[in-house]
Amino acid sequence: MADFKLPANSIVKPGKTVKAPEGATNIRKFIVYRYDPASGDNPRTDTYEVDMDNCGPMVLDALLKIKDEMDSSVALRRSCREGICGSCSMNIDGRNTLACTKSIEEIEGDVKIFPLPHQPIIKDLISDLTNFYAQYASVEPWMKTETPAPPDKERLQSVEDRGKLDGLYECILCACCSTSCPSYWWNSDRYLGPAALLNAYRWIADSRDEATGERLDELEDPFKLYRCHTIMNCTDACPKDLNPAKSIAEIKHLMIKRKM
Amino acid sequence: MSWNDKRPMSPHLQVYDLPLTAKLSILHRGTGAVLFVGVVLWVLLLAAAASGPQTWASVHSFLSSWFGKLILVGFTFSLYYHLCNGIRHLFWDMGKGFNLKDAEKAGIVVIVATLLLTLLTWLVAL
Repeated sequence: MADFKLPANSIVKPGKTVKAPEGATNIRKFIVYRYDPASGDNPRTDTYEVDMDNCGPMVLDALLKIKDEMDSSVALRRSCREGICGSCSMNIDGRNTLACTKSIEEIEGDVKIFPLPHQPIIKDLISDLTNFYAQYASVEPWMKTETPAPPDKERLQSVEDRGKLDGLYECILCACCSTSCPSYWWNSDRYLGPAALLNAYRWIADSRDEATGERLDELEDPFKLYRCHTIMNCTDACPKDLNPAKSIAEIKHLMIKRKM
Repeated sequence: MSWNDKRPMSPHLQVYDLPLTAKLSILHRGTGAVLFVGVVLWVLLLAAAASGPQTWASVHSFLSSWFGKLILVGFTFSLYYHLCNGIRHLFWDMGKGFNLKDAEKAGIVVIVATLLLTLLTWLVAL
């Protein structure tokens, strides 16, 4: 049963404010979720007044400026700073996205930054994605074949068949989609979520893979697949402009097709 | 889902800015629940009609009051929304309309159609 409220130890309290350096004229407030596992206190939101005349254009730039110059205790994941590693996924201005590709200018008012929703929090903006990765592994995201590969060359694929993988293989596993999905919030112990299902479909749609039947058998389950109710938060959130909702619909379609 | 973790759960509904498609999905679930309860209303109506003119008259006078009409308007709105959005779902089941803009446009069409059908029904009824 869905629990719409946060547990008592998760309720977010107001925190401290760190002022911009004196003389700063172009200031924006960044309200950042903080949780310190060492203190045992509830999470809080700290406010940082950032001097925008001396800051890069993306939310990640501001977060790194905060960490470097205002409060070194802020914890976040980041790596590539160009939308390909998927590390800096978080909830910014109410929607899940990558901090490195989200422009500060696009946001009206104070910039509110929270971790990916409905996840266990390790520290500050870092959530524990163990379950998410385990669900990805459960769809066995590798090519499975019965027939031996040609001895003298790789398994070939027509340009057309290769085209069927566009919009699927680009997934960077940032978890923006799965953690934006209310069905995933209420049932993440049994529902695989949009990211794992998109990746399941990536192999179902691959002309070289020979385990389509087994893959569909594995997903034929009231929870694993069918908790998707086409809410479309996943497609809305995806920072790579992929369409997990459509992939899930394609899987449902194949489930019906193979019974006719 | 039971939360057995000792660590805090990050905020979800508390902070998420739900897109239009998500709000319409909640409305679909809500109107579905209203229709379920509405079936009880239908049974009451049938039972009242079966048990004689006096019972029917009292039920009829209740439903003709402003409060009774409010319930009936809510029921017709729910019926039309659930029906129209159900058709939207049928298109999705055929794999059509998954582009985010199309999904939003279809949602707006459903809302407008629901309001028009509800209005039309009550113009005819009153």
